[in-house]
Amino acid sequence: MKILTGNDLKSGAVVWWTGQDWSIHVEDAVDVGDQADTILAQEEAARRVNASYAIDAEPDGERGVRPAHIKDRIRALGPTVRPDLTLKPADPNAGNWVI
Amino acid sequence: MYRYDQYDQAMVDTRVAEFRDQTRRRLEGKLTEDQFKPLRLQNGLYLQLHAYMLRVAVPYGTLNAAQMHVLANIADKYDRGYGHFTTRQNIQYNWIKLEDAPDILADLAAVEMHAIQTSGNCIRNISSDQFAGAAADELIDPRPYAELLRQWSSFHPEFLTLPRKFKICVIASETDRAAMKLHDIGIRIVKNAAGEIGAAFYVGGGMGRTPMIAPLIRDFVPLDQLITYSEACLRVYNRYGRRDNKYKARIKILVHELGKEEYTRQVEEEFAHLLTQGIEPPIAELERIMAHFADPAFDTAASDDLDLSNRDFALWVARNTVAHKQPGYVIANISLKPVGGIPGDASAAQIHLMADLAKEYSFDELRVTHAQNIVLPHVRKADLFTLWQKLEAAGLGAANLDTVEDIIACPGLDYCSLANARSIPVAQKISQRFAANGKTGELGELKLKISGCINACGHHHAGHIGILGVDKKGLENYQLLLGGCEGDDTSLGKITGPGFTEDGIVDAVEKATDVYLAEREEGERFLDTYRRIGMEKFKEAIYA
Repeated sequence: MKILTGNDLKSGAVVWWTGQDWSIHVEDAVDVGDQADTILAQEEAARRVNASYAIDAEPDGERGVRPAHIKDRIRALGPTVRPDLTLKPADPNAGNWVI
Repeated sequence: MYRYDQYDQAMVDTRVAEFRDQTRRRLEGKLTEDQFKPLRLQNGLYLQLHAYMLRVAVPYGTLNAAQMHVLANIADKYDRGYGHFTTRQNIQYNWIKLEDAPDILADLAAVEMHAIQTSGNCIRNISSDQFAGAAADELIDPRPYAELLRQWSSFHPEFLTLPRKFKICVIASETDRAAMKLHDIGIRIVKNAAGEIGAAFYVGGGMGRTPMIAPLIRDFVPLDQLITYSEACLRVYNRYGRRDNKYKARIKILVHELGKEEYTRQVEEEFAHLLTQGIEPPIAELERIMAHFADPAFDTAASDDLDLSNRDFALWVARNTVAHKQPGYVIANISLKPVGGIPGDASAAQIHLMADLAKEYSFDELRVTHAQNIVLPHVRKADLFTLWQKLEAAGLGAANLDTVEDIIACPGLDYCSLANARSIPVAQKISQRFAANGKTGELGELKLKISGCINACGHHHAGHIGILGVDKKGLENYQLLLGGCEGDDTSLGKITGPGFTEDGIVDAVEKATDVYLAEREEGERFLDTYRRIGMEKFKEAIYA
């Protein structure tokens, strides 16, 4: 599947395209199929998100979506060396999903 | 240390106001990201993996307590409670919001700091010896010249759009503690046969994807021509440096392709021309700067006695303190490398504490080192035990300077958008491995440096042991290098062979150190043994 990601203009937070809007949770990301370029162009014009791009991902059971590359998995969760600063600070096994 | 005059302050305040307006227009949608990006980068604001990252300049690594407190306050108020001290003697914050950036720059300006020229193809923050003004082996304090270069290079209209970024280092000791020959320009202040003080210029060094050691192009430039000669070096580079290929745009490539002799000839020609133009700052300006760097009021009756009956304290003194030029004083190094910790990171509370300790015990001065540690440059020996106790209580008492646990590591793939692999977890595992096996002390001086990509922010080329993280078909992989050195006998490490997994690289490092322990001769460091016996025995052990 193809999903879209970028960084929120104001906060810089990593965000994922949900089909309608942007979410900080990768599990909200939707498969955009062959519409990536169209959506990216439209969102670029809206000037809400920076440095957006399309990536490969795969369905991931209960977690929803898993980006194909480790860099985007680290972006999705947070730094592996500071679990307290990730999106799942209470989950001791969250880092396993990245590696 | 240097204090801003009205011109310095006006320049920084004006820039804050300008950036506040630019940020407002960006947030209102009046500027595109393509328009705004070069503006934010000129103010040190990057977009990294998780958020905006702000890189704050620490000129030649020197700070006072008030500045350090503001750095801590920024960590608390605008970031997530910590900062990361870098290999460029700067500090970075990883979780900045765009709307906060102008306020942060205003807070910095209030204590004579900024983030200008910490990005982009310009002359970056001037670096220097972290022991400047305190070292026993120093010819003179190099910082007035570093400051003069800072003022010359700040907003220099001719050099704001160079072919590529440009880094200058100034030292004045026999011992190079600042990786001087791995800068675009390395300046060593020297004394000639006539007893005159001048500057030796090394030009065209650097790390990155094409590491090179800067050759000496002139062994003596009179100090009253320092800026003129620097300008000549930059002019030739700015004129002929390659702008067609980012990867060949650094001055090291120009010097290499032209040849040292031809590059030097052109610099000398330009220098002769510039001497007729009278561009050197007036001596009064240098004297004004120098007055800021007068020695603090040392206690000339301070005792050289030190009670070393506490073994932990004695170990810390042996590893983390360095001889001071003033009897009764030492230079104290605060390691930001606790076992299993993140190299260079310090919490806001720790930054506040280091500021307080500098105020109380070090004449209000701190230094950031390129090895990502902090220095209190002027500590009375009589105060050292109390200081150490306070550091210990705050988790800042690691006695491991220049050991295998004192690892330089870039932020790597945990934070950096350029990285191919994580650096920090490898550093953590190595420090934990050696703390557990008890070999750290036996190994003595061993400089280990890790970069998460070929850009070499972690200085892996210059590590006695270097590690380079690469992307191998989507997986993190780590190459091992041996034999690098950043000091007086600068050398570049050589790759041992095929790379390793994250756990494999930790094993490989331990095997390399075991070869050293088995093969070393009396008084040899790891680097000395490697240079004597060569790569082969290390490879045999590592790949067995």
